[in-house]
Amino acid sequence: MDSIAKKLQQRSLSARIERRGKLVTQCLTLLIVLLVLVIFAFIATKGVAVFTKDRGNLWTFFTGSTWSPDKLDIHRRPLIGALPMIVGSFSVTLLAVLLATPFALAAAIFMTEIAPKKGQQILQPVIELLVGIPSVVYGFIGLGVVVPFVQKLVGGSGFGIFAGALVLFVMILPTITSMTVDALKAVPRYYREASLALGATQWQTIYKVVLRAGTPGIMTAIIFGMSRAFGEALAVQMVIGNAILMPSSLASPSTTLTSVLTMNMGNTIMKTTANNALWSLALLLLIMALFFNIVVKYIARKGEL
Amino acid sequence: MNPKRVDKIATIVIYIMSGTIIIILLALLLYILLAGIKVVNWHFLTSASKSFQAGGGIGVQLFNSLYLLVLSMLFSFPFALGIAIYLTEYAQNPKLTNWISSAIEVLSSLPSIVVGLFGFLVFVINFHLQFSILSGALTLMIFNLPLLVRSMEDALQSVSVSQREAGLALGLSRWETVIHVIIPECLPSIVTGVILAAGRVFGEAAALIYTAGQSAPPLNFTNWNILSLTSPLNPMRPAETLAVHIWKVNSEGLIPDAAAVSAGASLVLVVVVLLFNLLARFVGKKLYQHLTGE
Repeated sequence: MDSIAKKLQQRSLSARIERRGKLVTQCLTLLIVLLVLVIFAFIATKGVAVFTKDRGNLWTFFTGSTWSPDKLDIHRRPLIGALPMIVGSFSVTLLAVLLATPFALAAAIFMTEIAPKKGQQILQPVIELLVGIPSVVYGFIGLGVVVPFVQKLVGGSGFGIFAGALVLFVMILPTITSMTVDALKAVPRYYREASLALGATQWQTIYKVVLRAGTPGIMTAIIFGMSRAFGEALAVQMVIGNAILMPSSLASPSTTLTSVLTMNMGNTIMKTTANNALWSLALLLLIMALFFNIVVKYIARKGEL
Repeated sequence: MNPKRVDKIATIVIYIMSGTIIIILLALLLYILLAGIKVVNWHFLTSASKSFQAGGGIGVQLFNSLYLLVLSMLFSFPFALGIAIYLTEYAQNPKLTNWISSAIEVLSSLPSIVVGLFGFLVFVINFHLQFSILSGALTLMIFNLPLLVRSMEDALQSVSVSQREAGLALGLSRWETVIHVIIPECLPSIVTGVILAAGRVFGEAAALIYTAGQSAPPLNFTNWNILSLTSPLNPMRPAETLAVHIWKVNSEGLIPDAAAVSAGASLVLVVVVLLFNLLARFVGKKLYQHLTGE
């Protein structure tokens, strides 16, 4: 009798497996959340070191244009003016988004409104293929095609913001397009039917109804594109020229946050001012990524109302 | 202008712009093909790269890329599957789930160079793993996880509730239902998601520059001693991948035929990524037919 009672009181094998399974997956989920926190903590502590330990000035960081962290200015503060890279990053990003958005909108309208069938057959694989091409390949093509093209077009060396923006344009085009397609597909069918029933042409329906209704989704798509462009490292680094100078024109060599990081992280010694200053750039990138994320969340919430 | 004309013009403009995108892609592919096809041959694919002279190949880099891919997938697959199972099957508090999803979203939006620098800081320096395949694979895992989790979550969620109810009604526990009912049901889409992620990981370079390293020591493919520095299987050796090689060759410019080497390597990279895409489609379809008996 005792053994039977014992058996009945014990957890069954499947209950034990169940508990173990739940625990394991719970731990893994906890681990990824921890990972995100650890990334932020590590990069934040490394990133503020140049301001706390090396007496760097936050104001100079955002407004100064001389970047030579191992030298000191008259106040014995390191020269960490990151303005050229900040300007470089933002101008490359904005230019790329300005170029890509109209094309992405056109492609998305084509795929959802004008010729959904052809869109599925022709444009969908094109977008998928564009996503699949690795960023270094874009950089290589940028070197071989875009830089000489810009050189012919406006003179100079060809390396610079314009070349970077052209490369990024192709890279973020598929991101913006596919997200815009999702946004337009989510617009209810009866909106279109109502508009067409009122006698509007197809373009009027698209322009005045579908695009309006899809605006939050389209905005999200554009911000996502910006976020990708802002964080892209190697393709831009290969075509931008990498000169830490205030950009004087669209075709003069300049630089971005990511390209300074990729170029110099290997050449500095850990815990020196020069190295700490680089980590502050990484922190800035991290904060921007977070900022884009919050904006997307905000738009999504507004769109729901 | 009357609305009908505007409508026509707008339609034509949209056709032209969509066509431009197609032309851009065709031009890109044609450029990669034409530039690369002259360079790629058996010797190029198998021989070692050279640092200062022309005529180097990409054999070691190609192997490194594949090895790194396999290793990082081994780490990230169970990890991602566990998270996806927890989020779809167990997590009940919607607020908590929301927070977790937000964290994963933030992770996926981090620039890959930032993930790479984090890997450099933690794995290479704090864990003393040096520039190694292991550091690279762990970093790629971080880079890869959000994408994998999302695709697996979608796959698990696509299975209908009635399947879960049926499993539970038969007296199976939640876990048994997931393992024996839900996962087999959505295996095709899980596999498709994994292969697509593999294609993305294969082309990644920014996260690897400071983790797997920028050098490729010569390998001896007959040396199977996992601890030896020339053994291809040693996870502690530095391993420059194909994508990193293209970047390094172009930005350092030490070898005279940099353009040719990167053209050949780019072609290989794009072809492999395309193969992954085709494979994803093919395997997904085959697996679906196999499982449903159609």
